[in-house]
Amino acid sequence: MYEVRFHGRGGQGAVTAAAMLASALLEEGKYAVSIPSFGFERRGAPVVSFLRCSDREIRQLTNIYTPDCLICVDPTLAKTVDIFGGLKPGGTLVQATHKPLAEVALADTVGRVGLCDAIGIALEVFKRPITNTLMLGAFARTTGIVSLEALKRSLEESDFRDAGLKQNLIALERGYHETTVHTIERRVAA
Amino acid sequence: MTTAILETPNPTKPAKQKVVLCEGNEAAALGVALARPDMVAVYPITPQSSLVEHVAKLIADGRMDADIVDAEGEHSVLSVLQGGALAGARTYTATCGPGLAFMFEPYFRTSGMRLPIVMSIVTRDGITPQSVWGGHQDAMTVREVGWVQVYCETVQEVLDTTIMAFKIAEHHDVMLPVNVCLDGNYLSYGTSRVELPDQAEVDAFMGVKDVNWHVALDPLRPMAVDPLTGGSGGKGPSTFVRYRKGQCRGMQNSLRVIEEIHEEWAQRFGRRFAPLVEEYRLDGADYAIMTLGSMTGAAKDAVDEARDAGKKVGLIKIKTFSPFPVEALLKSLDKVQALGVVDRSVGFRWNCGPMYQETMGVLYRLGRHIPSMSFIGGLAGADITVGHFHRVIDATEGLLTNPAPIEPVWLNEKD
Repeated sequence: MYEVRFHGRGGQGAVTAAAMLASALLEEGKYAVSIPSFGFERRGAPVVSFLRCSDREIRQLTNIYTPDCLICVDPTLAKTVDIFGGLKPGGTLVQATHKPLAEVALADTVGRVGLCDAIGIALEVFKRPITNTLMLGAFARTTGIVSLEALKRSLEESDFRDAGLKQNLIALERGYHETTVHTIERRVAA
Repeated sequence: MTTAILETPNPTKPAKQKVVLCEGNEAAALGVALARPDMVAVYPITPQSSLVEHVAKLIADGRMDADIVDAEGEHSVLSVLQGGALAGARTYTATCGPGLAFMFEPYFRTSGMRLPIVMSIVTRDGITPQSVWGGHQDAMTVREVGWVQVYCETVQEVLDTTIMAFKIAEHHDVMLPVNVCLDGNYLSYGTSRVELPDQAEVDAFMGVKDVNWHVALDPLRPMAVDPLTGGSGGKGPSTFVRYRKGQCRGMQNSLRVIEEIHEEWAQRFGRRFAPLVEEYRLDGADYAIMTLGSMTGAAKDAVDEARDAGKKVGLIKIKTFSPFPVEALLKSLDKVQALGVVDRSVGFRWNCGPMYQETMGVLYRLGRHIPSMSFIGGLAGADITVGHFHRVIDATEGLLTNPAPIEPVWLNEKD
């Protein structure tokens, strides 16, 4: 079982991203279940959503408390929300940011980081800061859990209108290719 | 979003099925479309809203040939459907929580008039305090109104059960309205892979539509329906008793019909769901935990882990809650020495969960004493995790050696 927690703000598409990723994983023959957190979502308010994937049928329909991976589609969220809560030791962070690794705050549990200037790319592609498809590309590049091809097919078969589809495919490609991946070396505790 | 992915790769499947990814609410809507209702009436309410939005879209896109009435409130929704059902239409709606409360007057009337309306309850906790999240309190509150009520565990079961519900409701030995209950939030918005049955196969399963043969609004054959009856004189008392006995008979008949229709579904579509009571790893179990609805998946995972750790625990899941499956449950309870029952709602009168209260009545019929206790969790959207179920398992195991507590255990009290 591989567990992912998405962090974003209302309107950025974190919930849709979880569903798109589930669709791509399904395409690759895996089982996937996504669950949105719920509330009175407002544009800009912090939201989370969850995704489990496995080679076997997934029975739990619950939230995720100890994720293997965090996908944070918003660059400022970590200032107000503890996005690292429960992350498994050696876990992965896929973060939307234009900053270099040295300037990104990390918890001790983080073992791998994918960084993508998703806002900058989104403003070029969509003229709006919609980062979810970009960050799916970044996730694929960072973890290898899902292939770029499966994500593309999942997008092509979803409900996007033609123009939106074209833009999202570009976003996906650029998210994949413009992500830098870092492995965090931890000193062994004395 | 629905994404058609691929044809089912397994050629031994008895029917052609497409695999799609969808949330529980969309699965319910797809099930409704496959069952081909003639008329749908809707009023949106959280967490049911996306269900009726999907139904409306299926109709707007021409994928579902039904009249849709966008009524001004839930009381009108069900009243409109009663007219449709009396005229011989296959009818559907969905609601929950405060919407169900507003619907209560026609809700009571529907079972008395023996109208086979199917209604999803996307279960939501009761107000007040204000909450818009899942819990079984709404459906539990109306468990004594003569509707058949079944609870689903998975998104796939929502889709399949929604179709089966029409056939159960319309069966001549039943002729009762059916609620398909799916947990608000975790099941309504939980997105997973489902197999979508082929329309022609569903048509063959449903057979010739014969919705309302016992009473129909027909200008050529005018008749009065829902007459004034009861009181203490003339034919009133006996007529009223005949109505009520008939409803009770229909409820009892539904237990057999639900089993038969689930069996037919399994034969045709290759998916077998326990129709009344599911036993999971109950053989060789000293004690059992009991569940309802979408919490069951996490409970099964917890049971597997506990079994691996040498604990002799099994699981009993109720699918059909109304009518309560007394005989089927007796057989399961007879296999264990202690029982812990997990409810997602509150039984205010008995200070325990409603399913626990019902089960105590069944335990009396068992003829021997089984220590038992009530757990209440998952209220108003709270999560019931594998960790919570380990607490349930440990406490239930404790009943084998310690006296049973009178107070319920509130699982999310310290979350």
